[in-house]
Amino acid sequence: MNPSRDVSRHRWGRGPLLRRPVSRRAITTAGLMTPLAALLSACGDTAQTPPGTLRVLDSYANEPDKTIIGDALHAAADKVGVQLQRVSVDGSALVQRVLQQGSSGTLPDILMLDNPNLQQIAATTALRPFDELGIPTDGYADGVTAACTYDGRVYGLAPTVNTIALFYDVRALDEAGIAPPRTWAELREAAAALTAGRRYGIAFCGNATYEGAWQYLPFFWTNGADERDITSPEAAQALGLLTDLVTDRSASTSVLNWGQVEVKDQFISGRAAMMVNGPWQIPEMAAVEGLEYDVVPLPVRRLTQTPVAPLGGEVWTVPATGRSANEELAAAVLTEFLSEESQLSMGEQRYTVPGKPALADEYSRLRPGMATFADLVEDARARTAELGSEWPATATALYTAVQLALSGQSPPAAALARAQEYV
Amino acid sequence: MTTTTAPAPSDSRARDRPATSTSRSRRRRQRLVTALFLGPAIVYLVLFFGYPTVKNIAMGFQQYTISTFFTGEAPWAGLANYTEVVTSPLFRTALLNTILFTVGSIAGQFALGLSLALFFRRRFPLSGLLRSLILLPWLIPLIVASAVWKWLLDTDAGALNRLLLSSGLVDSGIPWLTSTDLALVTVIIVNIWIGIPFNAVILHGGLQGIPDELYEAGALDGATRWRAFRHITWPMLRPVVSVVLVLGVVYTLKVLDIILGLTNGGPANATQTLATQAYQLSFTTFDFGQGAAVSNILIVISLIFAVAYLRLNRRAVDE
Repeated sequence: MNPSRDVSRHRWGRGPLLRRPVSRRAITTAGLMTPLAALLSACGDTAQTPPGTLRVLDSYANEPDKTIIGDALHAAADKVGVQLQRVSVDGSALVQRVLQQGSSGTLPDILMLDNPNLQQIAATTALRPFDELGIPTDGYADGVTAACTYDGRVYGLAPTVNTIALFYDVRALDEAGIAPPRTWAELREAAAALTAGRRYGIAFCGNATYEGAWQYLPFFWTNGADERDITSPEAAQALGLLTDLVTDRSASTSVLNWGQVEVKDQFISGRAAMMVNGPWQIPEMAAVEGLEYDVVPLPVRRLTQTPVAPLGGEVWTVPATGRSANEELAAAVLTEFLSEESQLSMGEQRYTVPGKPALADEYSRLRPGMATFADLVEDARARTAELGSEWPATATALYTAVQLALSGQSPPAAALARAQEYV
Repeated sequence: MTTTTAPAPSDSRARDRPATSTSRSRRRRQRLVTALFLGPAIVYLVLFFGYPTVKNIAMGFQQYTISTFFTGEAPWAGLANYTEVVTSPLFRTALLNTILFTVGSIAGQFALGLSLALFFRRRFPLSGLLRSLILLPWLIPLIVASAVWKWLLDTDAGALNRLLLSSGLVDSGIPWLTSTDLALVTVIIVNIWIGIPFNAVILHGGLQGIPDELYEAGALDGATRWRAFRHITWPMLRPVVSVVLVLGVVYTLKVLDIILGLTNGGPANATQTLATQAYQLSFTTFDFGQGAAVSNILIVISLIFAVAYLRLNRRAVDE
């Protein structure tokens, strides 16, 4: 006896639609047509938007950013008198989505990109230069302009930007009688002194992704190293600092595997007295009961050095869709979206610094706690300023060196020399 | 098949059917029906297997970058992608890791899967419940599983290390995922955990197919326990074993999500495999040509296993 056959016959016979005999040909035809129809409808999914509606793609998939950016976009669209159809994808999937849309000719009218990706995408001729569209490009921090310029023309702009600095647990430092460290030596001492029980002195991100490279950069640049020669002694010194923090056991070896979110989790749960992180973590940290923190610039090797911060933040662009009417409307919306009022409002709500340095004073009045970041981003350096679309290879080499050194595979200078092969 | 022999309910066809050519027209109709049944399958295979494979092979010989998606231009690169990836410092590490990962995972999964399958042949109270619990790792999405494992295996706050520390077995947390010596072993252990259900279920199914009479007859001849396993269970199970092993190897070679979730290939490339390398080349560096080259190499390795399996099987049948 085969019970399964019984069951299936039973099920077929019971369906009201199949009680009447259906010609076999009809079933075959239906069987053939269904996948075809599905395929065609999938191809037709190019989002035919009604006139006066612009498609927007960004990666603010999480709250509160999703709503804050959405409100700013809609306010700008209302001023121009257009509707928006917005899609937010996960940050890691954004470039893949853009490539997909580029190959099928379905790029949105307004596109957000992470700033180190802009030159790569601009190099493909997928974006419209802002001068052609009449979007004002003056008054931005040099880092923003550098990140957004490809081949002498500006292809995007950032309403607000960010960077990373040193967060510290005020009470932990007070209890230990330690002032916030200003130099590498002080940082090492403070981190060692603050390490006790289940608490490490410091947490940072040294993982095998671009985040790991990004957190190494401020030490690398501040010490005078340059991404065109990652094997310089200055680069090795900077990597040496991070390595020392791990070999001193002032930082967990887990930094090899922590992203910036996990670093923040360590800090707010009291397992790290200091951390290297950015202001985008502040909304979540503000919600933590009993956490008292402050922010200072990342320490420098010698006090005569000026901290060089890496520029972070998302830039907004107008893809070359070939629909000139839409491109002009998109330019008008972005002009409003990038207005000073809009920059201040987004900066205040998202704890990010307006892209125009002239707004710094007003911003400091709105968000006094952001003063450290506001100072840092004014001279922040763009990752793609020198290498442009070649940056990803160097970023890979940098995080590989961080991994080699922190895991004890190679001393810092040798780690950088080994990683050089990835460039 | 009932579908071809059942009387046709259609009346229109019966009307203009000359009696003399009944058999010929029936044969033609049969051929048409055959084609119609095969058609969707062939279209499906060509569209969803043939095209991507051919495209991937071609991509390996092209300079396929971000620009290609917008301009459609992918200049022919010859063997440049292959020489680039094979001579890269990472390739040898990735190849060795792929071999260790695959051999380690398969050995562990198979040994534990077989032990569990043998164990659950016996009926005992709650055996049904326990057997279904084994399926658990299979039911959890891989991304979730790797996130939870990453959390459990954290050096300082991970549950496993805290257990070991509080029991006094170790003095300091074991760096499961952050030591270059341990990370690959840890990733293999997690992958074994994920693969046990597959092995246990298929092997259990195979064991059910062995008639009890064989064991009864064997017992009369003095073959019990280990001897029964060696002379009855193992030979009878061999076809199932080879299927499990080959599928296991092919699945394991391309494991990606677990490694990305646990270590992202780190620390210092200690868990980088060909699959993760192909993924990173294509989707973080956006060098699709080189990514395709690595995945083509991976496909060839899988093919070698498939061919070896077929030959071994044929020899077994010949014997």
